[in-house]
Amino acid sequence: MINNSLKQLAAALAAKKTSSRELTQTYLARIEQLNPELNAFITVDAEKSLTQADAADKLLAAGRGEVLTGIPIAQKDIFCAQGWRTTCGSKMLGNFIAPYDAHVIQRFNEAGAVNLGKTNMDEFAMGSSNETSYFGQVKNPWDKLAVPGGSSGGSAAAVAARLCPAATGTDTGGSIRQPAALTGITGIKPTYGVVSRYGMIAFASSLDQGGPMAKSAEDCALLLNTMAGFDTRDSTSLDRPVEDYARDLAQPLAGLKIGLPKEYFAAGLAPDVAQTIEAAIAEYKKLGAQVVEISLPNTQLSIPVYYVLAPAEASSNLARYDGVRYGYRAPEYKDLTDMYQKTRAQGFGAEVKRRILIGTYVLSAGYYDAYYLKAQKLRRLIAQDFTDAFKQCDVIMGPTTPTTAFNLGEKSNDPVSMYLSDIYTIAVNLAGLPGMSIPVGFGANKRPVGLQIIGNYFSEAKMLNVAHQYQLATDWHQRMPDAIA
Amino acid sequence: MEWEVVIGLEVHAQLSTQSKIFSGAPTAYGAAPNTQACAVDIALPGVLPVMNKGATERAIKFGLAVGAKINRTSVFARKNYFYPDLPKGYQISQYELPIVEGGTLTIQVGDQEKTIRITRAHLEEDAGKSLHEDFHGMTGIDLNRASTPLLEIVSEPDMRGSAEAVAYAKTLHSLVQYLEICDGNMQEGSFRCDANVSVRPMGTDKLGTRCEIKNLNSFRFLERAVEYEVARQIEIIEAGGKIAQETRLYDSDKDETRSMRSKEEAFDYRYFPDPDLLPMKISEAMIEEIQRTLPELPQAKHARFMREFGLSSYDASVLTASRDMAAYFELVVSQTGAAQAKAAANWVMGDLAGALKRDGLEITHSPVSPGQLAGLVRRIADNTISGKIAKEVFEALWAGEGDADAIIEAKGLKQITDTGAIEKIIDGIIAANPDQLAQYRSGKDKLFSFFIGQAMKATQGKANPQQLNDLLKKKLAG
Repeated sequence: MINNSLKQLAAALAAKKTSSRELTQTYLARIEQLNPELNAFITVDAEKSLTQADAADKLLAAGRGEVLTGIPIAQKDIFCAQGWRTTCGSKMLGNFIAPYDAHVIQRFNEAGAVNLGKTNMDEFAMGSSNETSYFGQVKNPWDKLAVPGGSSGGSAAAVAARLCPAATGTDTGGSIRQPAALTGITGIKPTYGVVSRYGMIAFASSLDQGGPMAKSAEDCALLLNTMAGFDTRDSTSLDRPVEDYARDLAQPLAGLKIGLPKEYFAAGLAPDVAQTIEAAIAEYKKLGAQVVEISLPNTQLSIPVYYVLAPAEASSNLARYDGVRYGYRAPEYKDLTDMYQKTRAQGFGAEVKRRILIGTYVLSAGYYDAYYLKAQKLRRLIAQDFTDAFKQCDVIMGPTTPTTAFNLGEKSNDPVSMYLSDIYTIAVNLAGLPGMSIPVGFGANKRPVGLQIIGNYFSEAKMLNVAHQYQLATDWHQRMPDAIA
Repeated sequence: MEWEVVIGLEVHAQLSTQSKIFSGAPTAYGAAPNTQACAVDIALPGVLPVMNKGATERAIKFGLAVGAKINRTSVFARKNYFYPDLPKGYQISQYELPIVEGGTLTIQVGDQEKTIRITRAHLEEDAGKSLHEDFHGMTGIDLNRASTPLLEIVSEPDMRGSAEAVAYAKTLHSLVQYLEICDGNMQEGSFRCDANVSVRPMGTDKLGTRCEIKNLNSFRFLERAVEYEVARQIEIIEAGGKIAQETRLYDSDKDETRSMRSKEEAFDYRYFPDPDLLPMKISEAMIEEIQRTLPELPQAKHARFMREFGLSSYDASVLTASRDMAAYFELVVSQTGAAQAKAAANWVMGDLAGALKRDGLEITHSPVSPGQLAGLVRRIADNTISGKIAKEVFEALWAGEGDADAIIEAKGLKQITDTGAIEKIIDGIIAANPDQLAQYRSGKDKLFSFFIGQAMKATQGKANPQQLNDLLKKKLAG
């Protein structure tokens, strides 16, 4: 059952072959068994989950079930869920019980899905290895020495280890796609504005976007149908007609034009990853796709631009964690300034502090024009690269990451090297485009390789179709780590 | 040396929306602490601001009223600083692209008109309140006021003294109430001023170093603070010192300003565009719609009152100082006719305003309706009652004893205009006072008023004063 698709689970529930309670208990048992080592979950609350499962079973019994009714979904601990501790991976929110539901959580609740627990993540989503979490590192189910990627590393590891049928993630610079690639699962970051950010704890507001992480493109399409939609509470949410993201899954790929950016296959790309990606492209050609070489000339600028803009926004977004109203407050202090300083010094981890410092610096009087404003201008150039590229192709493909999963601790003391591992994913956020990662094989060290598919604005249905057709022809997405079977 | 005072004002007008600028929580004043602060106002993790369209409309209304440019695209920016009553650690304001730019306001100082330039007006949210009493050395935070909509109206340094500063503030205060975009309640902090004050030698162009005096919440405090500050600056410069650019607070108990923070201690607010709010686009249709609903403004009304009703500039400015008073006056005149406009104006500005003030009432809650006051004015005009008796009728109107005609009838206050009747009374008085008559006739003219008094007493003040005057003169002359 743990390898079943969401459709199969829904069918089993509808046919009364299983119940939501049974399904939820199955996954809770797997979590109990495997999570102590993987550390994919920060908070599990069996009672809460089972209460939701029982409610779902009533809906199902009454014949009022929808596609996701009764299906347990793991939620990244960045989404506020009423009554659940919502930590964002930080000591700062270690005691924070959310008093309201994020839009995404609300949508899952309305669909009758079960919240299976809150997954581990890099602190405030700042990281590419899940090592910055206050709640400890997450291990990659394929290799316990490897990182699962980040920041949605807990969700990725949970799906890969089949601790849940599906999970949510958020992606500011690659935080869905990179961990999906490193753990051999499928994840999609939609076009900016498709999924409401209300109740999703902000890292960098102009880049953050929630999305599904699951075993397959088909599952992601079903999840996105629930997660997407206009929300008046988020001014950057887009008021567009409701879409069925699964509508094009069955379309054949004959005539599909795939753009391969030469910058994504240049120096820095590990040979084993390059070979695996090339094999995947060859598979696409078999499916009838054509390949064109394209150029995204400003790719190299995306990391410096991102590391100006994202910290700038973060430095302001994280100012609310001041010990005054909720969250952590230093136990001892002599005055207000001391309270602020001690609270933030003790409550935030090193990576978060680094980014707050960078962000504060680039917004300071005298530096704003040279950094923030300049970065905004370059951001427009980077977006223009993609606009030009999509005149020549339907989708862009390339590696999601330059290497397979690196070892725990390998880059944790070398932030720049860590930042560089996001070279292929960051530009997509800067442009606001949708991007996804699907598993396409394994590298030399038997760790998974992800293929990134970048689509034009609002082409999620097309991308999911492109991914699904590949997954019909291959079985990489069905592979499971031996250790967890 | 002679010094020129240079003042620019920043006024924070609280916009009269029902809900807050970025959340749905109510803006009502005076509720128990933290009962009107929702998740967005207290800045819980994950919440987002949503712009209140009503606040935008009010800002546009203001811009149109002062002839400013309405920016079709304006940008919300974050002003970052830490303070316990600032929940997000930043205030959402407008920085580089405000909604309103330019415009002017004409003020009246004595009988002089002066035009003050407005630099800009931008939308922003208010902070909460820190309460330092009753918490045993700790600070209480009340976030009810957090995210209340404000329009910050910034003037050019065009005012040359406290009188001009107060006139500008009062004119602005009246305007925002005219426009119904702000309730103008200064006690509740709905309208508060920061004054930028500097001095320079008369005849020079270069601006002196300025000090900003924060949070002046009455016209009197504004006047006092500016005057104190001007004297302080002149004293320092004349003693050979230099003014330090700083932010100062006015202490109304001690009637002085004192330093709050120096330029060196000033915050670097690290403004940047708020990524949670898209640039605000304003359509031509929205501007046209607001233009259509714009009321007649004080200045236009002032000119029209002088032209249509022949009022003096002073009378017109008193009557147009508040929209409600002007409306009341116009209702009275619509029933008396323009010929009685001056008389109506005197009643509204005099007895009515006095009674309202005495009983602490707003003109909108006047016990005497415009129709009732018009009835009174008409009875004076047609000689039914004298001006003196009219005051008695007015008090009865105030006490709710009915309309003027009913009161005059019931109390028998109708004026005596029958020549024969008045003559008869005069004859009686002359006969009863032969000594006074003799003295008057021997040249003691002052005794005329004695006879008038006796006659008024005898008629209980009801004799027509002009007739009485004429007839008495004739009779006394013999």
